[in-house]
Amino acid sequence: MAKVMTSGGEALIKALADENVDIIFGYPGGAALHIYDAIYQQDRVQHILVRHEQAATHAADGFARATGKPGVCLVTSGPGATNAITGIATAYMDSIPLVVISGQVPNHLIGTDAFQETDMMGISRPIVKHSFLVQKPEEIPVIVKKAFHIATSGRPGPVVIDVPKNLTDPNEKFEYKFPSDLYLRSFALYDEAENSEVKKAVKLLTEAERPVIYAGGGAINSNAAEEIYEFGKLMGCPVTNTLMGLGVYPASDEQFVGMLGMHGTYEANMVMHEADLIMAIGARFDDRITNNPNKFGLQAKKIHIDSDPSSIDKIIDVDVAMTGNAKKVISQINKELKAMNFDNKKFDGWMKKAMQWRAEHGLNHNMLDQKNPGDIILPQQVIQSAYKATDGKAFVTSDVGQHQMFAAQYYHFNEPRKWINSGGLGTMGFGLPAAMGVKFAFPDETVACITGEGSIQMCIQELSTCGQYGLPIKIINLNNRALGMVKQWQDMQYGGRYSSISYEDSLPDFIKLAESYGHVGMKVEKLSELESAMEECFALKDKLVFLDVYVDPDEHVYPMLKAGGDMSEMFLSKTEKTFE
Amino acid sequence: MNHIALLMENQPGALSRVIGLFSQRGYNIDSLSVAPTQDETLSRLTMTIGEEGADINQILKQLYKLVDVVMVQNLSEADSLTLELAIIKLNKDKTDVEGLLNNYEFEREILDEKDNYTVFKVLGDTQEIEKLLSELKKEEFLEVTRSGTLGMTKGNESLATNDQTKISYD
Repeated sequence: MAKVMTSGGEALIKALADENVDIIFGYPGGAALHIYDAIYQQDRVQHILVRHEQAATHAADGFARATGKPGVCLVTSGPGATNAITGIATAYMDSIPLVVISGQVPNHLIGTDAFQETDMMGISRPIVKHSFLVQKPEEIPVIVKKAFHIATSGRPGPVVIDVPKNLTDPNEKFEYKFPSDLYLRSFALYDEAENSEVKKAVKLLTEAERPVIYAGGGAINSNAAEEIYEFGKLMGCPVTNTLMGLGVYPASDEQFVGMLGMHGTYEANMVMHEADLIMAIGARFDDRITNNPNKFGLQAKKIHIDSDPSSIDKIIDVDVAMTGNAKKVISQINKELKAMNFDNKKFDGWMKKAMQWRAEHGLNHNMLDQKNPGDIILPQQVIQSAYKATDGKAFVTSDVGQHQMFAAQYYHFNEPRKWINSGGLGTMGFGLPAAMGVKFAFPDETVACITGEGSIQMCIQELSTCGQYGLPIKIINLNNRALGMVKQWQDMQYGGRYSSISYEDSLPDFIKLAESYGHVGMKVEKLSELESAMEECFALKDKLVFLDVYVDPDEHVYPMLKAGGDMSEMFLSKTEKTFE
Repeated sequence: MNHIALLMENQPGALSRVIGLFSQRGYNIDSLSVAPTQDETLSRLTMTIGEEGADINQILKQLYKLVDVVMVQNLSEADSLTLELAIIKLNKDKTDVEGLLNNYEFEREILDEKDNYTVFKVLGDTQEIEKLLSELKKEEFLEVTRSGTLGMTKGNESLATNDQTKISYD
């Protein structure tokens, strides 16, 4: 083969192409100019120009969550790099594969407080899976390959590649060689679980009386939905998903008891509390799930499957630890259960108990049938209406707060990778740019961003990007004229002293704002008009629609776990709770 | 008191990732010693974590998870040797220093003597060195520098560097 000579900038883009990257999100600047010049001179990798680097990382992140492929973004040094930090931390907390390329000032200026210099390696260190500072241009293809491998394997996460400008100089060419194999010293990956552990797990599963399957984001990352569904059916017991795991087990299945945790369903939290066996799959027992870890699952034995050994025994000590790929480990367990013709009838009574809890205090999924005084709209009704208008098939991104919890509770996700939200870091401003990433990945699918008037204003500038690239996203804005979740906490724990949550007099006219970017804006204030507006919104296939829905400003999200309590201690409404 | 031995890639940034794990969790590193090994691409660290209540297993797992970390071992759980070097300067003459050190077992050597100041080294057990230092508090104590604890397991066990993991692509 003829030698291919490239500059560092060209090598970077060529290596992305060799990693099968079709699209990157970014924002140019001084230190990245050579790279942008290399982008200009090829058409294999498409560059999407966002309006703020945070949006570049969230868009790449949304792309990654929806497709399972790594998302890629490119930013310049200094402010470009620091603006990307929130997005990198968001991906890190939710174990999302990202490759973030940041320009850096030329080598000889590093450490001199040069214009737009910042120590990206240092600033990003605690929130990356790994990072590389390129030292020689010839290493670029190998570093790119390592970065993609590290970002996507095991427990995925973001990887930063910091590239000093002089190493991308178009006048300095070298021979481009994309490695066919990689060498990483002591890079442990876990695949199948030890057979002895599988046997121990199966013994606990089959000897249990009240088992529950608790699956999280790791189950989605390892594409284990099919195996978990089969496992659920073999067990015939209640299944719950975390906020990050929604969709990995179909919400419409009769064994699904809903989301668990802080704002989980009554039945899911009760099942967790009363279970005698908790089977955690790609979930990490975080504080939004366990509530007080000292009171968590006291009656239950625990099995934990995770690709990251440091997640195991971190918060909750478990009886059987299975480090491995959830898809493969669940297959191993399913095989054993099938081989022994396990009869799950003995869990029928337990399953019935779960359904009884649902009948007592489950969520009302038929709120569209109800009329409200003053024709006011409840936020839950907006989600149910969106579900109905999209037939439950949309990709739904969200921001952070009450609207996020309502979406998680009321939009039934039957497939993995359809629900895209910032669970770990809780990043407001995530929803719209993430929706852009999803829309680029799936241009023919319906993509809705369920947001609030607080969150949407944190990355509202991306309405411009959506205009430039013609992205017909549907923005469903649950407008309660206040920072709803903060207000809820102030109601419940601070005697209704509403500190810094209101901006009602200075909210923009979202309709005019959307229109100024060339989009369609619609406003709904009456419940009687909600469903027709929602249908109209989703029927406008080629337009971004900003549907501004005025909702009851006083609604709270329930159930809500009592701080410091166990999982059975919940507020069920403003007047009801399960504890004294 | 836990002594952790660790092998990592000898490159810029690797040490800060290791240190960062501790500062992120609010743990203090009591002592740290780092230098390249016989394989110049690898550095070896010994660190001492005195923190009560630190979850050492979690720390070991988190350390091992770092891409730059090749191997980790808790020396305190193995049959191991530890050793520390200290260089001390006192406002005393050589005879007084020798008298002072007579109560101790560790190896010692006078390195320098000038204007009634003596610089000497001691090599031995960390606890014994600390005992000496606390005794010296009442002296006109000038300066001390310590290597931090160094450690290694006894016998045939070692911090083996596994072969490189080869990742092939179709």
